[in-house]
Amino acid sequence: MPQLTSTRTLPWYAIPWVVDGWRQVKRYPLFSLAILIFVLVIPAMFAPWVAPHDPYLGFLSNRLTPPVWQDGGTMEHILGTDKLGRDILSRIIYGARVSLTVSLIAIFVGGIIGTVLGLISGYFGGKTDAVIMRLVDISLSLPTILLALVLVAAVGPSFGVVITVLIVLLWARYARLTRGETLAIKELDFIARGRVAGASHTRIMFKYIFPNVFNSLVVLATLQVGYVILLESTLSFLGAGLPRAEPAWGVMVADGRELIVTAWWVSMFPGLAIMLTVLALNLIGDWLRDHLDPKLRNL
Amino acid sequence: MQRFIAVRVLQSLMAILVMSVIVFGLARISGNPIDVMLPIEAEQEDYDRLTKYWGLDKPLHEQYVVFVTKAIQGDFGQSLKYQGQSAMALVMERLPATLELAGFALLISAIIAVPIGVLAAVAKDTGWDAAAKVVALLGQSLPVFWLGIVLMWIFAVWLGWLPSSGRGGLQHLILPAITLGWFQVAAIMRLVRSSMLEVLDSEFVKLARIKGIPEWKVVWKHCLRNAGIAPLTFFAIIAGVLLTGTVVTETVFTWPGLGLLVVDAVRSRDFQVVQAVVIIFAFIFILCNLLVDVLYAYIDPRIRYQ
Repeated sequence: MPQLTSTRTLPWYAIPWVVDGWRQVKRYPLFSLAILIFVLVIPAMFAPWVAPHDPYLGFLSNRLTPPVWQDGGTMEHILGTDKLGRDILSRIIYGARVSLTVSLIAIFVGGIIGTVLGLISGYFGGKTDAVIMRLVDISLSLPTILLALVLVAAVGPSFGVVITVLIVLLWARYARLTRGETLAIKELDFIARGRVAGASHTRIMFKYIFPNVFNSLVVLATLQVGYVILLESTLSFLGAGLPRAEPAWGVMVADGRELIVTAWWVSMFPGLAIMLTVLALNLIGDWLRDHLDPKLRNL
Repeated sequence: MQRFIAVRVLQSLMAILVMSVIVFGLARISGNPIDVMLPIEAEQEDYDRLTKYWGLDKPLHEQYVVFVTKAIQGDFGQSLKYQGQSAMALVMERLPATLELAGFALLISAIIAVPIGVLAAVAKDTGWDAAAKVVALLGQSLPVFWLGIVLMWIFAVWLGWLPSSGRGGLQHLILPAITLGWFQVAAIMRLVRSSMLEVLDSEFVKLARIKGIPEWKVVWKHCLRNAGIAPLTFFAIIAGVLLTGTVVTETVFTWPGLGLLVVDAVRSRDFQVVQAVVIIFAFIFILCNLLVDVLYAYIDPRIRYQ
């Protein structure tokens, strides 16, 4: 019997998923760039294993070494060191962790609070709705940075302060979105049938309505991560965010500001890191929004 | 219409009230200001005397009422850092600088964003459009403070064309204004572009072209007037946002305005000044939001009847 050629011996460039993947890349070049940048961010999560040096420990003998491509630079510190002798590259890698952690916690908690309040507001309507929506309006009209500054003036910069301020600012959008969608879903038949079958209000809200709202929430969250990182780094830069000792990007830029004439690298690289990360996140968020839920274009 | 305005004004007042409570509460949380003011050897009676003088022995809600009454009259007490100067006087001294910066930034962002937005709409899917999209994307992703530092480094340190800090003539104003207005350029441009795209499809545009009106007039005179409604209301929002954006920009360029004042005050725990500045900012911010909503309702009648 003649040996049948196995269909598995396709050359690599003809394998279906590779072909499809390449088509996607050509169609959405920006999106692919975003994925690439993101892939660079993931290693940042494994910072302790990836970073060449300890981000907190500085050797004063090494202070202000320039990046490797200038005179005086060494391979030991590829992006140079800051005024306390700490390696910039390591601090950037750890900084990614810090920024992402703070942002994700803030969005998660803010999102939960906002969603729950939005569900309650949309489902029960009436007075509750009115009260919660007032709170949302007031919350959305509070000036961001000022609030953070006042809080910091009282209790000093810390993780807790940043996360609290971010949560206070973020929850309102989720509440508004959830409420809007709840109002629409509430009218559908399957809700009425659920009530007839004896489902409690809580059950209906969380098991019937919420799963349908979830998609939009995910898109909103993705769109917001970039914004939150910008906000957090701005606050840290002003000294109203994370404490000065932490390897946070905003703090690093602030540190390097006075040295801009002599040691430009101390400020440049962390700022570049912020920009690239937010850019990638925005691109991904836009793509997600366009493909999952175009209704959200105006958010 | 009246009812709508009334409701919005009420909301704004509540927002200001909430801000004042927050500011007041936080100022009291961080510990007793008397401890900061007195030297260690002070006697108990000095302590009591000062407490009475500053009114800190009264219950909290009474203190709040005192705070609000004084605030309405514009009296925020004396600055702790700049001994002897009233907080309000400091604020008033710095306000013109901030307004100058914000106004110029608004002007620059309008001058840059509107033409690019129009061109992007007219020459859709061409080089202009692509450039516009890139600018929009960058505008949203760049951290303002980093942009300021980069600009400062390029133009002040490397090229040496412009000064890097302080207030003075036009050359001092350019870099901070660009930094401040950058974010808005992206947003305005997007808005102008989408409004123009909608308007360019209208019937009256076709009629105008048939009539023989030169294309540039059709675009810049007729279309822009109609498309300008949405961006116009956006300008009012921006005015509020710019004021808070000045905090960062002034810090980067050491521009002697309200933003720098409040950051310094926070660092030196100078509460009276922080309170004064924050309340003023919040007031302007909320006022701008209010104006925007009213303007929008005036232009688009559907909103009034919600």
